[in-house]
Amino acid sequence: MSGLEGLPPWLILPVAGFLVLGSTLTLLGAFGLLHLKSFYDRIHAPTLGTSWGTAAILLASALSWSWAEDRVFLHELVIGICVMATTPVTLMVLGRAALHRDRTEGRGDVPPAPPRTEPAPEGADKA
Amino acid sequence: MMRLLPHPLLSAALVLMWLMLTRFSLGHLVLGSAIAVIAGLALARIEPPAPRIRSWPALIRLFGIVTLDILRSNWAVARLMLTNGRHGARRSAFVDIPLRLQNPVGLALLAVIVTATPGTAWLEYDQESGVLLLHVFDMIDEDGWRALIRDRYEALLLEVFA
Repeated sequence: MSGLEGLPPWLILPVAGFLVLGSTLTLLGAFGLLHLKSFYDRIHAPTLGTSWGTAAILLASALSWSWAEDRVFLHELVIGICVMATTPVTLMVLGRAALHRDRTEGRGDVPPAPPRTEPAPEGADKA
Repeated sequence: MMRLLPHPLLSAALVLMWLMLTRFSLGHLVLGSAIAVIAGLALARIEPPAPRIRSWPALIRLFGIVTLDILRSNWAVARLMLTNGRHGARRSAFVDIPLRLQNPVGLALLAVIVTATPGTAWLEYDQESGVLLLHVFDMIDEDGWRALIRDRYEALLLEVFA
């Protein structure tokens, strides 16, 4: 991209630092996703990428583009907010699906379902 | 005023977002405001009560605390990945946390906080009993986690939304 060659050294350093930090964290998260043994451990790994992995790369982008275009770029903030606000949704759906599967299959290491006060349909509360 | 802007916070945030995504100009301000008002009216049809923030200082303090915690737990989890879970000594566990917080917006914010902090995952919340099931990546002290969620986040969220 043109315009980015003109970045002064004092700005290149933090931009590069944030880029390396963000991509390293995202890579570590991906590695954990591949490497960890249980499902519940694996859902933790990608959160490295969705928190500071994303934030650091967005910071680098905002810094360099604000300089190159000579105005403050805040698009990145919107991306960050959207990522932050939407990850819990997928995480909860995945987590609850896994809990439901493990409870119905009767694996011992998951906590039991919360008790219901209304009469549940037959067999639904045995999980 | 309230009839036109049933969700003032949402509408303000939308105008701000619109101006961030486009170049600032009077035309975009008018267009963004129109969209924000329509979106606020549409949301009022689905979700009538707008969230009310009782204490802005508490919200700002919470924001600062969470930013710090996200940094710290990123470092902690990244180190665990690199050392292969302290060379096999890491133990993950479920922990159930009874919550006093009942405000849906407050709970949603707590979910964002818990999820955005690597090392904790929100799994299940039981509305009837108000118990949250959390999964902790590196479990050292269960009661410590309960106290942390209660004192560090929930207390401030209760102050903000009550």
